[in-house]
This record gives sequence, C-alpha cells and structure tokens, in this order.
Amino acid sequence: MTIELKLSNKVLSQIQANGENAYPEEGAGLMLGKEQDGRRVVQRILPLNNAREDTARHNRYLITAEDMMSAEMEAMRMGLDIVGIFHSHPDHPNRPSEFDRDWALPWFSYVITSVENGRAVGSRSWRLADDRKSFFEEIIVVLKEHPEVKS
Amino acid sequence: MSVLRIPTPLRPFTEGASEVEINAENVGMALEELTRRYPSLRKHLFTETGDLRSYVNLFINNEDIRHLQGVDTPVSAGDQLMIIPSIAGGLPGGC
Repeated sequence: MTIELKLSNKVLSQIQANGENAYPEEGAGLMLGKEQDGRRVVQRILPLNNAREDTARHNRYLITAEDMMSAEMEAMRMGLDIVGIFHSHPDHPNRPSEFDRDWALPWFSYVITSVENGRAVGSRSWRLADDRKSFFEEIIVVLKEHPEVKS
Repeated sequence: MSVLRIPTPLRPFTEGASEVEINAENVGMALEELTRRYPSLRKHLFTETGDLRSYVNLFINNEDIRHLQGVDTPVSAGDQLMIIPSIAGGLPGGC
C-alpha cells in the first residue's frame, strides 16, 4: 500500500515559508489533521518556537513537552490530532539525519524542507519504520483545494 | 488504580487505547507494567540499554516527574500519568 500525506497547496506553502523565515536557523512546527480509513490529511499547521539555545538553532530544533501538551489541547479543541512534525534543513538535503531518527516517534509524518540560500527548494515526508532502524518515504499529495475532513 | 495517558503516535502499540489503567507503586513500575502488557511499545519508550528515550517525558497530575523523584515517584490510586513526547531533530553533526 502506498502511504500518502495529503495537504493543500496553501498548507505546503506555509510550511515552506516557515523554513525560509527561520533561515539560517531551523524552523519547526506541528501538523494538525486527521487520519481516516488510512488516509492522512493535514488541515493546518502550528508553527512553534525552536527551544534550542541560540548557538544550536542552525542545525537543531526542539519542541518542548510543555509546548506539545498545549498543542495537544489546542488540536483537541479543533477536533483534530497532531499527525506530524515539519522542520527545515538549511542548506542541506531534505532527508532525515541520524539525529532525526534517534528522536523520531513512530506513526508521525515528518516533513523536511530543504532551504538553500534562504529559499525553500523542496519538501519530502518520512515515517519511522516500526523497528526504528530507518525511515521510509511517504508521498506528499498536494491538493488544490483545502481538504474537507469530518471531525 | 491510576490512569496512564498514551500520546497519539504510540497508540498503534496499545491497540488504539488512549488511556490505560495501571496498578503500580511508582512511575517506573507503571512503565514496566505498561510494556509488559504491550511489548511492542517497549522499544519506543526505552533504548536498547534500558534508559528512557530522550523524547519521553512523564507527568503525574500535570507535574514533570523530573521535578519530583523521577521514575521512583510514587503513584497513588486516582493519579493521572501522562507520557508527553518532546520533539527534536536536525542536521547531521552537532548535539
């Protein structure tokens, strides 16, 4: 079965703009949406502060447990779930690193945007394999219209 | 009996349960009981050497156990335990 992540052109643009605005540091945030009948759809993003210290933000991002708890409550209020994380790789390919794998949670979609010289040049989405040994890529399906999902 | 709340990405390993009732004396024993019941969850909570993974944060009644007695924090009937992940990543190199 092909694993897909569906999002609108508008949401993808917001993810990529977040990476450009954070450049040369890493930008990150959460993707809120729903998974129904095996179809995962992102409804909106929640950009969050990179909690790493100033000297590390060019190659690291951190979303604290406190921010995750608040985000979880906000998602619940909207009738959505946190379905994944997005972050940028400044001047680096949009493939997950070993550090990404060490910290990755199963099930979540990890969208990585490569930002070269301040411009987003491409995004790919990955999921951690259940044995934690690797990521596999999921196809990003970009929709013209904002997807309707029953809450 | 206390209640342990499971975050969304770990629910596929608890047969979809968002909350699990646990009878344990402390937080560490609650996690042992949880992973005994759901063995496939263990590798996502603990490293190969048995340490809690970096992203695992545990709260008891909304208080981080790091500010209490860590995994030795006692659990009483009616307490609410939550596993809240922190999220990190980034480029190769650095720490």
